[in-house]
Amino acid sequence: MALLEAAGVSKHFQGRRGLFRDGGVVRAVDGVSFAIDGGQTLGVVGESGCGKTTTAKLVLGLEQPTGGGIQFEGRDLRALDSAGRRHYRKSVQAVFQDPYASLNPRMRVSAIIAEPLVTGETIAPVEVRQRVLHLLDLVGLPGRSADLFPHEFSGGQRQRIAIARALSSSPKLVVLDEPVSALDVSIRAQILNLLRDLQAQLGLSYLFIAHDLAAVAHMSHTIVVMYLGKVVESGDADTIVRAPRHPYTEALFSAALPSSPDDRRDEIVLSGEVPSPLRPPSGCHFHPRCPHAMARCKAHAPALMPVEGRLVACHLYGANGNSE
Amino acid sequence: MSPPALLELENLSTHYVSARGTRVVRAVDEVSLRVDAGETLGIVGESGSGKTTLALTILRLLPTAARVTSGKLMFEGEDLLTKSDGEMRRVRGKRIAMILQDPMASLNPLFTIGDQVAEPIRVHEGASRGAAWARAGELLKAVRIPAPQTRLHQHPHEMSGGMRQRIVGAIGISCGPRLLIADEPTTSLDLTIQAQYLSLLRELQRAHGLALIFITHNLGIVARMCDRLAVMYAGRVVEAGPVRDVFKAPVHPYTRALLNSIPRMSDRCQRLTAIDGQPPDLADMPAGCAFAPRCPSVVERCRVAAPPAVTSGDGRTVRCWLAMPGAGATNGGGAA
Repeated sequence: MALLEAAGVSKHFQGRRGLFRDGGVVRAVDGVSFAIDGGQTLGVVGESGCGKTTTAKLVLGLEQPTGGGIQFEGRDLRALDSAGRRHYRKSVQAVFQDPYASLNPRMRVSAIIAEPLVTGETIAPVEVRQRVLHLLDLVGLPGRSADLFPHEFSGGQRQRIAIARALSSSPKLVVLDEPVSALDVSIRAQILNLLRDLQAQLGLSYLFIAHDLAAVAHMSHTIVVMYLGKVVESGDADTIVRAPRHPYTEALFSAALPSSPDDRRDEIVLSGEVPSPLRPPSGCHFHPRCPHAMARCKAHAPALMPVEGRLVACHLYGANGNSE
Repeated sequence: MSPPALLELENLSTHYVSARGTRVVRAVDEVSLRVDAGETLGIVGESGSGKTTLALTILRLLPTAARVTSGKLMFEGEDLLTKSDGEMRRVRGKRIAMILQDPMASLNPLFTIGDQVAEPIRVHEGASRGAAWARAGELLKAVRIPAPQTRLHQHPHEMSGGMRQRIVGAIGISCGPRLLIADEPTTSLDLTIQAQYLSLLRELQRAHGLALIFITHNLGIVARMCDRLAVMYAGRVVEAGPVRDVFKAPVHPYTRALLNSIPRMSDRCQRLTAIDGQPPDLADMPAGCAFAPRCPSVVERCRVAAPPAVTSGDGRTVRCWLAMPGAGATNGGGAA
């Protein structure tokens, strides 16, 4: 059984109506399904406005879905009583993009890391101290860091503190929202390695969100590709990275930068821009930019269907054959 | 052996000096580089490695605390360091143009796109408003802005990020410069928009015979865009050479470590080779080679004296004691 399972989750935001506003609905997340197994990483890929951050917020319980539901350890989040919700909040933690913004500059590192601990239950101060030192050791920081303030650390070290804080309540799932994109290139590998070590050591599951496709491919077991609130392709990371099938995934992976000059692939340069989520195109949201768009794409939104060992939402792989 | 370079830096140093003169930050230290007409040079480095200060030095747009303390800055055979401010104003925007990271910060929100694209044409070429606006329309078309005539009359907030950055590109090429300096131009753009922008830049480069200096921390962009590469670390160019050669056989331990630390699509499961430690504080540099505290192949000498830049016959320059002629036995990188 999956640790966390989202079934047809939607989050629609109602725009305000007013003199200059037409009060449209933004379908930030629209019928998205995915599952995260214990000890595994789910990578969410997509450009700005595709709904990946809203998805993270839904998983963290910071937003309530307007449709569909999320199950954690087999229990629907909406059906949880207050004890169940407390358990859920301790089991699901987050690490954010900017470690300069996500750590309170007025708190000592020990207080930052201990906060999830002491808010959740009553623990003796000695025990808290021990936990903090253990967590610092786990993320590769010296014990004396506990008495310092965040400004005394570099970006990479701060991200380690943020990871230690996320781990302090012994979570099962950690949401990683762009955890390395604010860091220097030479520091990123340190943090990615640390995250993988911790996963192996503690059996953590990750929801990994990043725009760096190579980093997502490196970290993830399964991948979900989103475009304007919908999943266009999802499945095993190896399968998708090796041979993307949805035209958007294909373009996205071809737009990913090569790792060496000899690796210059055929570039698929998409025309146009990501449309506004306020007025998404009809049918398949991707059709105005799609090099293979057909009449059908404009009229009907394709459903996710199994194609070559993964799920793809595209009319190219319709029920009546691969070509039309 | 080759025609004179379009741009040539010789031992150029730019230092920031604190108000009392007690603290000196060597942001750019003894940098020698050349850019030939029509070629693309990638300058790679982490934040604080001096790449932006280098760009600002070339344009002579340094803040008042900065001093160019030594070196030569030759552009089309003239030393830009000896030019007056008035003369520099005729170089900037006309012969050397620059694209910055954040297009919203480089466009004025109060003026129309047409005014802003036409401005350099009117200033540098003395064109009339009508003629400059007509040119501006053509330029927008060249950077593939749909409905350029309508867009001329709109303001920056009415455009998307990708469109704004293309407009900044249009301003950059408006007076037919010989050299375009792009400082992290795609960092704020989405992946597919970044791909659009990079292919547009390459097209403009071909059409106008532009030389490009691409400043980035992203080795992938260098792999896709550049002919030559200069790797900066703590204010110095530690390695420079043709992109293909440097990627294939990096000599400096920093370049090697940097190339090994980026995740690749092809080998997903391999552990990344991280570089321990962090870049040094430029105001408090270690003696000797700046990379020595983090270097996996450090030797005693590295901590004592900084290595000189050594250029080999195949156009590669390296600043590393291990790459010095005669140090071949200890060099793990295979310098040719």
